[in-house]
Amino acid sequence: MKDSILDLLSRNARISTAEIAARVGVTEAKVNELIKELEADNVIKGYKVILNEEALNENIVRALIEVKITPERGGGFDRAAKRICRFPEVTDCYLISGDYDLRLEVKGNSLRDVAAFVSEKLSTIDGVISTATLFLLKKYKESGKILEEEEEYERLKISP
Amino acid sequence: MKDSKFPHNKIAEHIQKIPKSGIREFFELVIGCDDVISLGVGEPDFVTPWTIRESAIYSLESGHTSYTSNQGLLSLRRAICNYVNNSFGVAYVPETECLVTVGVSEALDLAMRALVNPGDEVIYSEPCYVSYGAEIQMVHGVPVVIENTAETEFSLDIERLKAEITSKTKILMLNFPCNPTGATLDLEQLEEISRIAVEHDLIVFTDEIYSELSYVKRLPTVASFPGMRERTVFLHGFSKAFAMTRFRIGYACGPAEIIAAMNKIHQYTILCAPIMAQEAAEEALKNGAEPMEKMRREYQQRRNFMVDGFNKIGLKCIKPKGAFYLFPSIKNTGLSSRDFAKRLLEEQKVAVVPGTAFGKCGEGYIRCCYAASFEELAEALKRIELFVENLKK
Repeated sequence: MKDSILDLLSRNARISTAEIAARVGVTEAKVNELIKELEADNVIKGYKVILNEEALNENIVRALIEVKITPERGGGFDRAAKRICRFPEVTDCYLISGDYDLRLEVKGNSLRDVAAFVSEKLSTIDGVISTATLFLLKKYKESGKILEEEEEYERLKISP
Repeated sequence: MKDSKFPHNKIAEHIQKIPKSGIREFFELVIGCDDVISLGVGEPDFVTPWTIRESAIYSLESGHTSYTSNQGLLSLRRAICNYVNNSFGVAYVPETECLVTVGVSEALDLAMRALVNPGDEVIYSEPCYVSYGAEIQMVHGVPVVIENTAETEFSLDIERLKAEITSKTKILMLNFPCNPTGATLDLEQLEEISRIAVEHDLIVFTDEIYSELSYVKRLPTVASFPGMRERTVFLHGFSKAFAMTRFRIGYACGPAEIIAAMNKIHQYTILCAPIMAQEAAEEALKNGAEPMEKMRREYQQRRNFMVDGFNKIGLKCIKPKGAFYLFPSIKNTGLSSRDFAKRLLEEQKVAVVPGTAFGKCGEGYIRCCYAASFEELAEALKRIELFVENLKK
């Protein structure tokens, strides 16, 4: 039951509890109760919108930043990562395999904003050895959604 | 067209006798309407899973544009036989017992032509897919109809089946899960049908096109029951389960002698199914199980929603165990199926198909396909409710 609810919410976080109830065949009250449980258990961390920022005509600049860090005895990469995560510019942060250790997604209002964040904040953190900044030029797909859908193909209205 | 002087009586007599499809007539009505929510389709609303589409593209890119063997690509037949064995419990030999066709409709046509002599009786049950009766007439067979009713949830009425068997009965045609009712067969019925088929030496055609879309534990095919493999033609295709209607790939599995006879007709009329569609079908069997299961779960949720909706509106609706159709009763509105569907389209712009398109006993019912988005289904229910309320005034 919870799996079905999570599946529906992951596809559309704005789905009504009435629709969830109708789809999975339980009462709305039960759906509300289960969602509350999922939230309390920290399974659901929040609900977010997938924005097509290009359509908004805002000049938001995003960059992927790879960060090399000296791991600490006892804590590994966690302390530095947690510290980096506190910056509001950082929207996502992962520990990765490969040449670098952390991969961030950073958001700013201009190229200068992002550059300043990297040079003044990020690079100066204790343990950060080096960074590589990759500015995002265009986003095609996010969280499973293709942002510019092609025109829908029309089917026959009646068929056997 | 109207000015044409071609005399109608020159059309082959048995073709003249076949009535026009009731769906066709309705189709013409809908064509002229805008903003219609359609519950009138007989196909998935999902686009074919990308991995399958990509295979068809790759096939073209690679220059695979030739004929294949008449029977279809051996690799595809191997994949089909493997799939049928795993999912339906019957082992067929890819080299001699499997034939790839252009949709399951072609497979059915071939089976009819390969086995029916003029005057042979073919039993099938209504409400059913629009082509069965016509198919039998086209091969000069005698259609014998069993009318299934809501009392048996439109499943096969075994007593009526027994009553219709004569010395001329050659074939029993099955289609469960059923278009248009979504009805299925249970284990007892399958056993009983098998016993009857063996006792009366009947050939059984089983159209399994909706089998994957089953919302209860799926039973093995009738072909797997004792004495049935040698007398069953297993008909299936990719259209419904894998959302591949336009690829037009179906298949038949059965005794080598029957498949050889079907292939004889197939090679002279069709040659072979298109290669890019065959290669896409192979991909569907290789990597299509997961997307198919996702679609099945989605249909199941929509079915629950729609059955509740119809019953709340007061149009009594059985909860079907398979396919993606509902067959609600509209008897308490006092309208005929045709009038109900016509007025619903005109007044609320919702397209459904009158039950009578699927046989006389479909009177008093409409077929609603729930292969549409949830938003559309919710809106359609609202409009149908409004329509029914207005009728009461």
